[in-house]
Amino acid sequence: MSPAQDHPPAVPPTGRAGATADQAPRALTTDPVATGDAPQVVVVDEAVLTLDLSAPTEALALPDTLVPADQGALIDRLISSYPPKVARKRRRHFQVNEPGAPAPIGANERTVPGIITQRGCCYAGCKGVVLGPITDIVHIVHGPIGCSYYAWMTRRNQARPPEGVANYLQYAFSTDLTEDEIIFGGEKKLAAAIREAHALFHPKAIAVFSTCPVGLIGDDVHAVSRQLRKELGINIFGFSCEGYKGVSQSAGHHIANNGLFTHVVGTEEPDAEPDPTRFRINVLGEYNIGGDAFEIERILERCGIDLVATFSGNTNYGDIARSHTADLNVVMCHRSINYLAEMMETRYGIPWTKVNFIGAEATAKSLRKIARYFGDQALIARVETVIGEELEAIAAERAEIRSRCEGKLAMLYVGGSRAHHYQELFRDIGMPTISAGYEFAHRDDYEGREVIPSIKVDADSRNIEELDVVADPLAYHPRRSPEQLDALARSGLQTRDYVGMMREMAPSALVVDDISHHEMEVLIREYSPAVVCSGIKDKYVIEKMGVPCKQLHNYDYGGPYAGFVGARNFYREIDRLVSANVWKYVTPPWAGESLGAFASGAA
Amino acid sequence: MRKVAIYGKGGIGKSTTTQNTVAGLAEMGKKVMVVGCDPKADSTRLLLGGLAQRSVLDTLRSEGEDVELEDVRSSGFSDTLCVESGGPEPGVGCAGRGIITSINLLEQLGAYDEGENLDYVFYDVLGDVVCGGFAMPIREGKAQEVYIVASGEMMAMYAANNICKGIRKFADSGGVRLGGIICNSRKVDNEFELIEHFAKKLGTQMVYFVPRDNDVQRAEINRKTVIDWSPGCGQADHYRNLARAIDGNEMFVVPEPMHTDELESLLLEHGVLG
Repeated sequence: MSPAQDHPPAVPPTGRAGATADQAPRALTTDPVATGDAPQVVVVDEAVLTLDLSAPTEALALPDTLVPADQGALIDRLISSYPPKVARKRRRHFQVNEPGAPAPIGANERTVPGIITQRGCCYAGCKGVVLGPITDIVHIVHGPIGCSYYAWMTRRNQARPPEGVANYLQYAFSTDLTEDEIIFGGEKKLAAAIREAHALFHPKAIAVFSTCPVGLIGDDVHAVSRQLRKELGINIFGFSCEGYKGVSQSAGHHIANNGLFTHVVGTEEPDAEPDPTRFRINVLGEYNIGGDAFEIERILERCGIDLVATFSGNTNYGDIARSHTADLNVVMCHRSINYLAEMMETRYGIPWTKVNFIGAEATAKSLRKIARYFGDQALIARVETVIGEELEAIAAERAEIRSRCEGKLAMLYVGGSRAHHYQELFRDIGMPTISAGYEFAHRDDYEGREVIPSIKVDADSRNIEELDVVADPLAYHPRRSPEQLDALARSGLQTRDYVGMMREMAPSALVVDDISHHEMEVLIREYSPAVVCSGIKDKYVIEKMGVPCKQLHNYDYGGPYAGFVGARNFYREIDRLVSANVWKYVTPPWAGESLGAFASGAA
Repeated sequence: MRKVAIYGKGGIGKSTTTQNTVAGLAEMGKKVMVVGCDPKADSTRLLLGGLAQRSVLDTLRSEGEDVELEDVRSSGFSDTLCVESGGPEPGVGCAGRGIITSINLLEQLGAYDEGENLDYVFYDVLGDVVCGGFAMPIREGKAQEVYIVASGEMMAMYAANNICKGIRKFADSGGVRLGGIICNSRKVDNEFELIEHFAKKLGTQMVYFVPRDNDVQRAEINRKTVIDWSPGCGQADHYRNLARAIDGNEMFVVPEPMHTDELESLLLEHGVLG
């Protein structure tokens, strides 16, 4: 692995804070090694080098009619039909947004039973989200068949494995625990399943995922994995990600991060020393739903940025095992993967920065961040060329769709980052976000990472292991010195930071954490949004109200929506949804009948 | 048919007391089935003269669904019917779930049918009520009356008090009632008075005081109940008396479990502590 000093200059040559604007170079010579061509003169726009990449994106203004006091009254109305204790609990999970100074919001807390949450379980977060998309690991679910079937990559994670790399995504591996194993223990059946999978497929690695009953009967998946690792000579590792752990799937993300970091990252070295003149990154928190990762790969390739590993869409075991050789981690879904970004920086010295490839403008900003980090003028120029061409290619269609969609309202209640990311896509076509919230995010995803020290760690989160990570005595090579990172920060590139959703939402927009069905219904009546983005649990409830719903978990069989081509796909899809007349014809048989207290409370 | 469950602290002598009592009832001409609810499957050893039979769960495992009542039920001393629920090795799986499965299977196989002409079913349950599975015999009316084996030792009484909490919990749904405390004497000072008082505080009775006698140990080594091994000895009469006391018992209550400090003061009062 190459030490940091071999890299191109870490910061724009001007270096000092505030100096970039006056001294930005107008023309310079590219690095001949990087392009492989003879030196050529490229022009880097001065304005580009002075773009502030750290300031939050300013959200589109909401209708003037929306005043904070009314929004406060709306919250009171939303919770008025709850029993007092539930109302008190739920009240903390609402905030009327103030982008300049986000107020503390209740998040990552236990869901109130009975309010009909959108949330999933720890096992879903570990197996279904983070580990599951890795193509050539045999993912064995240790549990009843239902748990196995319903986590069988139904989020539509796609993959095109390179030649010679296996793809097991089409298989659902399960130990199919039955009453017999629940009583007598399932370790033997697990060992047999691992042996059988190994004999059939000869995979590079096998991962074992614990479902609820496994935790109850105390099967030691780690001991079985260790024993079989020895016996079969391949990497086998287990996850104690029983569904009941934590308050949502978020616990499973953390457990998955810990397991990947402990058992996979850094376990293989590349065949050849990485070329120090290349720009090598990992993309963290991108799961290739509907082909998003394909589009990101296409763009990075055009820019001349090498992708070492994606965590974990369209990726394989070897990529992740060698991911410690990258020089930058870019983080998409902060919630599900920030632990790995942090741990990889501590152990290997790889800085991380938050990006968002959802939305054409957001993609452009994210590419500029990567270019700014590497500080190579040729790369910066190439990225600008790509941005220019890609934006141009979709500009006409975007403008046309924008003319139909502009000013129409969107609501997003989904995920732990998506409710933020997709606001940028709506922003591209002039659609303001009136209300948004996450299913399972923590306060830092709403208010920004600066609040992390003030987050009260409750017993539910304390149950999830925090790894004690130190710098690796051999593999730790800080890619940038603290001074270089400071200089980057002053030049507008923040590392190790996420500003959160609230700073990039409009003033007075309503932020709702872990929304309930009741609250969503009331808010839809209140705001009459043009579209609601959520998941399958709400989709048909929303559509029966005559409002189109776009699922952002599995994209409703559409996508990709990332990058520039993805953005265009999304514009078309949203145009199709919000400009269609079909929703006006939804007249349910119960129209005109009283809907009882809930409806009248909302009216 | 009376359905009786025997609970008590681990090691207090539940299995021994159950089998010796069952031997007494059988001698009286009662038709009795004993269901051992301990994964060790040693609740019927004295009635069967050894640990020969296969447990319900083992049979279910090896035979699949094709299980007959005769596969899991054996005949013991004086035509008693013996069943062992069985279960996993220590530290593995879920023994509680095993008991639930086992009792459900016995029901499906008709072990409790009228045609069996049973006078009594005895459930001999492992230790304290540790989880839902071990409460199975007192849930859903599987057992109607519970006897708790205890001694004058503090932890035995502590466990008995806890079991009363379990009974109370299921008293409404399952209709279970406490029939009394069987004192299996450990020769603690003032044991008779202590347990009598303890029982009264719980709202029940000491149904019988079984004195400590080495004949019990001798019979056990010979894999027999005392009545079987030495019908004429004094201890055999005690078990006959206990069998009669249970047969004639008419006091069935929902117990009033005590707070721990209340229990401790009871022990102090009888000069056990300090």
